[in-house]
Amino acid sequence: MSVLVIKGLTVEVTTEDGPKEILRGVDLTVKAGEIHALMGPNGSGKSTLAYAIAGHPKYTITGGQVSLDGQDVLEMSVDERARAGLFLAMQYPVEVPGVSISNFLRTSITAIRGEAPNLRHWIKELKESMAGLQIDPQFAERNVNEGFSGGERKRTEILQMELINPKIAVLDETDSGLDVDALRVVSEGINRVCAKGETGVLLITHFTRILKYVKPDFVHVFYDGRIVREGGPELADDIEANGYAQYVTA
Amino acid sequence: MTEVKEREVAIVPPKDHTPVVRSLDPSDFPTPTSRDEEFRFTPMSRLHNLHQGNVTATGSMALAVNKVAGSSFEIAGAKSTDRIGFTDKIAAGAWSQLEAVSTLTIEANQNLSESVVVSIVGSGDVAFGQLDINVEKFASAVVIVDHIGAATYAGNIDINVADGGAVTVVSLQDWDASAVHLAQHRITLGKDASVKHVSVTLGGDVVRILPSVHYAAPGGQAELIGLYFAGAGQHTEHRLFVDHSEANCRSNVVYKGALDGEDAHTVWVGDVLIRANAIGTDTYEINRNLVLSGGGRADSVPNLEIETGEIVGAGHASTTGRFDDEQLFYLQSRGINEEEARKLVLRGFFEDLLGQIAVPEINDRVRDSIEARLGGRI
Ligand SMILES: Nc1ncnc2c1ncn2[C@@H]1O[C@H](COP(=O)(O)OP(=O)(O)OP(=O)(O)O)[C@@H](O)[C@H]1O
Ligand SMILES: [Mg+2]
Repeated sequence: MSVLVIKGLTVEVTTEDGPKEILRGVDLTVKAGEIHALMGPNGSGKSTLAYAIAGHPKYTITGGQVSLDGQDVLEMSVDERARAGLFLAMQYPVEVPGVSISNFLRTSITAIRGEAPNLRHWIKELKESMAGLQIDPQFAERNVNEGFSGGERKRTEILQMELINPKIAVLDETDSGLDVDALRVVSEGINRVCAKGETGVLLITHFTRILKYVKPDFVHVFYDGRIVREGGPELADDIEANGYAQYVTA
Repeated sequence: MTEVKEREVAIVPPKDHTPVVRSLDPSDFPTPTSRDEEFRFTPMSRLHNLHQGNVTATGSMALAVNKVAGSSFEIAGAKSTDRIGFTDKIAAGAWSQLEAVSTLTIEANQNLSESVVVSIVGSGDVAFGQLDINVEKFASAVVIVDHIGAATYAGNIDINVADGGAVTVVSLQDWDASAVHLAQHRITLGKDASVKHVSVTLGGDVVRILPSVHYAAPGGQAELIGLYFAGAGQHTEHRLFVDHSEANCRSNVVYKGALDGEDAHTVWVGDVLIRANAIGTDTYEINRNLVLSGGGRADSVPNLEIETGEIVGAGHASTTGRFDDEQLFYLQSRGINEEEARKLVLRGFFEDLLGQIAVPEINDRVRDSIEARLGGRI
């Protein structure tokens, strides 16, 4: 059973006026089979946490630890982290001109599985996953995220998650920008992966909408660079009803 | 991420475009300097003085060609002065220094079943060359001119396509890192003749190729394709001139280049002139550059001069993009390492162009050569 352990994580970014601390000591443990929702106001540092776990070079780790199944994640390069089983669905997925989705996914899967997939199986697998997420098959030949609508990008992130089948998936506002039908389709995709019990999910969101489909085991409230409150699904409803102000002095 | 230049195209009054000097004698030309428009991007100090027009050969290139039915090859023919003059000192200098002319003839009405491969191999000498490719009436062929090895080489290619002929000429510059290669590729098209000229420049310290198209009669079609890759410190320059002097001719120019590493420098200049009498002209040119890493510089200058409004179409575009850290991070976050990520992006960038070149036997060769050169390993 995989487990991601984050302890006392502090992170800063470089700004024009020097370094600025964004994460001020994050403690969080996510195990395979669990779904954790992370909720917090704009600018509280949720994406920073997601990027720091994935190893984005913009963020400097100034303290704390992150481990995946006992291995030191912070020592790994970005691609090593992905191959070790970490996955980040980005809030703003990046366009990569010239690289087709099908080429990209095949290269990614080859890297993560350590060998090129059997071509016939692979085509079938890709087709099925795309169909499950209601992605037009023609998207396979389009360039990665180039000209994709916000919702199309989010679906494509979940397509990647489903094919990669990571140990730990961090989903950064995957629900933002989805219409009601897309939200259901994407949620079902997330649930399909979770149902296998091999993946732990950290779901960053602003809305309880998605939590109607993807049922969290734990809810964490993020405020000013740290987790200020933890609880069960009821916490999400409380936030929706009363906002974050109640945690400010917490 | 991508910078796009699309300039307004206006009709201008006709002017005299005859070059100031046209000659086979290098002493008729002043020595070019970087103050001259045509040389403003060129690192003159790295030309091994070829621009002086008086450097003598220290050896020669090894030439080889396969035998293909319907073609003939004369490796060292007489140097007749019955040749149109060159337009710069480098080309005239090469002509004055060389001893013999090599001529590939594609015989009339022949449709060659396999590609003719002319290999030109350098072994470190200063050398000069003149290759003529004569495509006779209604003949068609694919010709690959393969430059490899190391050399300081000024070698011109004259391509003459007679009425109704059709030829694809691929010039591969797959040199070792030290090579200096300066060349004019002069294409003349007869009535309803067509050419697909492909320049693939991958290796060499300085490579400067000047393809030009001259329409000798109406109905000619020219497709000019270029693919170039410049690693750290390399200078790769393509200057094109398409001279629409006849009615109802077509030209299409597509050049794509990638830069990888510090001080990689690429230059693309596309001059297209539509003369007052060239009614019914259809022309388009595009240059795309991708900076993969480092502080490389891609100069891109499309230039369209139109003297008549009675044309089918005329346009140009130029873009320079950069493979940025966010794209790299995205690919890496999917398990793809940095080297593989660059390969993926590069392959994607050139894939459609290789399809347009449509000479399958060079595809793997070009892909492999680029990937071997990626990250400065050659
Ligand atoms: N380069 C930078 N310079 C200055 N501030 C920065 C920089 N990068 C990030 N920040 C700040 O860090 C804070 C945390 O940003 P982050 O993107 O992690 O927030 P978030 O919780 O994901 O917000 P949202 O809900 O809006 O997505 C913000 O206040 C942001 O402005
Ligand atoms: Mg965010």
